[in-house]
Amino acid sequence: MDVVILSRIQFALTTAFHYIFPPISIGLGVILVIMEGMYIKTKNPLYEQMTKFWVKIFGLVFAMGVASGIVLEFQFGTNWATYSRFVGDIFGSVLAAEGIFAFFLESGFLAILLFGWNKVTPPIHFLSTILVCLGSLFSSVWIIIANSWMQTPVGYKMAENGARAEITDFWAVVFNPSSMVRLSHVLSAALLTGATLVLSVSAYYLLKKRHEDFARASFKISIIVALIGSFLQLGTGHWSAKVVADYQPAKFAAMEGHYEESAPAPLYAFGWVNEKEERVDFGIGVPGMSSFLLYLDFNKPVKGLKAFKPEDRPKKVNWIFQSYHLMVSIGMGLIALILAGAFFQYRGTLEKQRFLLWIFVFAVVAPQLGNMLGWVVAELGRQPWIVYGLLRTSDAVSRSIDATHVWASLIMFSLIYALLFSLFIFLLDHKIKQGPQISHNPISDGGKQRA
Amino acid sequence: MIDLNIVWYVLVGVLFAGYAMLDGFDFGVGALHLFTKSDEHRRLMLNSIGPVWDGNEVWLVTGGGALFAAFPEVYATVFSGFYIAFMLLLVALIFRAIAIEFRSKQPMLWWRRMWDISFSVSSIIASILVGTALGNIICGVPLGKDYEYIGTFLGLLRPYPVLVGLTTLSLFMMHGSIYAIMKTEGELHDKIRGWAKRAILGFIAMYIITTIVTLVFYPHMLENMKKYPVLFIIPVINALAIANIFREIHLGRDFRAFLSSCVSIVALMALFAIGIFPNLVISSPDLANSLNIYNAASTKSTLKTMLIIAIIGMPFVIAYTISIYWIFRGKVRLNDTSY
Repeated sequence: MDVVILSRIQFALTTAFHYIFPPISIGLGVILVIMEGMYIKTKNPLYEQMTKFWVKIFGLVFAMGVASGIVLEFQFGTNWATYSRFVGDIFGSVLAAEGIFAFFLESGFLAILLFGWNKVTPPIHFLSTILVCLGSLFSSVWIIIANSWMQTPVGYKMAENGARAEITDFWAVVFNPSSMVRLSHVLSAALLTGATLVLSVSAYYLLKKRHEDFARASFKISIIVALIGSFLQLGTGHWSAKVVADYQPAKFAAMEGHYEESAPAPLYAFGWVNEKEERVDFGIGVPGMSSFLLYLDFNKPVKGLKAFKPEDRPKKVNWIFQSYHLMVSIGMGLIALILAGAFFQYRGTLEKQRFLLWIFVFAVVAPQLGNMLGWVVAELGRQPWIVYGLLRTSDAVSRSIDATHVWASLIMFSLIYALLFSLFIFLLDHKIKQGPQISHNPISDGGKQRA
Repeated sequence: MIDLNIVWYVLVGVLFAGYAMLDGFDFGVGALHLFTKSDEHRRLMLNSIGPVWDGNEVWLVTGGGALFAAFPEVYATVFSGFYIAFMLLLVALIFRAIAIEFRSKQPMLWWRRMWDISFSVSSIIASILVGTALGNIICGVPLGKDYEYIGTFLGLLRPYPVLVGLTTLSLFMMHGSIYAIMKTEGELHDKIRGWAKRAILGFIAMYIITTIVTLVFYPHMLENMKKYPVLFIIPVINALAIANIFREIHLGRDFRAFLSSCVSIVALMALFAIGIFPNLVISSPDLANSLNIYNAASTKSTLKTMLIIAIIGMPFVIAYTISIYWIFRGKVRLNDTSY
């Protein structure tokens, strides 16, 4: 394997590992704001107990995000130096904006969120929770803008020697054609990711008949967040597909395994892309349905992969097809599950639905899987380009490293991440089994006696 | 004569100096961690930096981002050229973060000892690596015509950069010990006070050796100061600050000692920046391939946009930093939210 493929695998591994955590932080952050807001408003100690418990989980998740996140910022330089030289003028400034506007906010107020219960008044603590939540939101804004610019680059001109893209319009970069839709898709997925974690733990407690008041209240708040998230997912997902079809037609064609140069595109539920014969085998779907969803016309032709030169097509068409379809199925499944949960919650008979609750316990992995698959579609679908239409991935890699270097770091990251992930699960499990603590230490008493 | 490129040279310098000053003391606390023996003392050490270490590390992340944005050629050359060194730094930073977070989560002795060692060793390694990188910039690294690094990993571990690395470690140990004095009380406080005195002496010895070696072997670090003699004020400030650390520690004014230590770190970063200016990466032996603030920079338009972002953002950053340090001021006490 050469430096390019090894660096791609390493980037995929480190990014996928990192991306387990930020969506939880974002979604759980919103839920924390609701819980603590309820506490401030009602002074009900139950909400305080909930906030304190979930803040501890939040702290653990956040630490994992910090530890794995710093790798990503360094990695553009270490493995993708030619890319960094090419995009520094644009991508670098967006990344720096993320640092200045988001990371300082997040990390600063996280200190108050985690350790400040006795140091500040309850309203200031609540304000800190809101600011941490906003910080993680801003962080996602800038990083999605950066990635979206790689998908749909605008607001630049090529340097005279062709060695780099130079910025011409900062706001055009920020509001590039795919940034807002992808951001909304990512954020609604984050709501869902955070909410399913709370739902999972709450369902587990309900099944085990432990901490039941806590579990009921947590379930109620997070099922509403999940409901909002899942419907936003549906809408933004549709919009996202449309933007892909408009701006990255080769990616869209790969998502649907659509090869014909110009024909109405079907919508498959299942299928297996035969990349050799350039067709979809065993496909079950509705002919012309993709054309209809995109343009409200069953007969409207959509550009297929054959419309692109072989060297400009994504290579792993079946991977993209399967990831995309699996992601959509997971999304639909989650909507059904959450609707069912909301229905029984509304009827007040949730605790009798033991089977449903068990599904909720395990459903925590579904949005995670959906997130990963979504990124596989986004990134594999952009190939062979690293910056769509401008720079090929094979030309973007560092020139001063060789395969041995990357093998070494790849093996190292695999081992470290395997260890960290096991420890994370072990500690998370421990915290969940331990459960929420009855507070002996209300926010307002200064807490000095427990020092 | 002051153009955007110089402004960004200074701003990136400010971010890295802020990083050295802030993460410097928590690296130092980490390096001293294993000298404390009881679990309570170790928890006190850890919790003295508990609320702030994460924010401190953001200075590195933002400094890296600013370097990427303002001088992408430097970011690309250094990060890919020093590949193995940066991977080791990443491992150290990962284990450091995880050790701080995980240590308190289980009561078993082996668990706590494992994370104690991990926290301390990674702090030491990270300090040495950061200093070694700076040392390599001072003595120059081989760059090709396309500004790509053409040396090896072992080529980075020459005696001088390693000397700078060890000096950095001694600086951070001094800085961290003074911070720890400020945050602790009683028995632990008295113990650390003894270490701090030794750490200060250790740093002064390392600093004198490094200065002599630099002046003898790398006299180019003095050229800008000879051109603008007013800049000699900085080594003078540095010497006064270091002398003052001694005085304040002796008088038991720990906060002032800490401030002096901060001044000294900023002065050292300034000396480094003045020494290499206008270069960012000196190419040796082929000086013509050096990366400087002009041939490595982004376009004027990006530098201008970034300046606006910095002008909007930095007041907030400084306000957050000051409020957090204010809220968590005073001696560290353990409670049920501590690590």
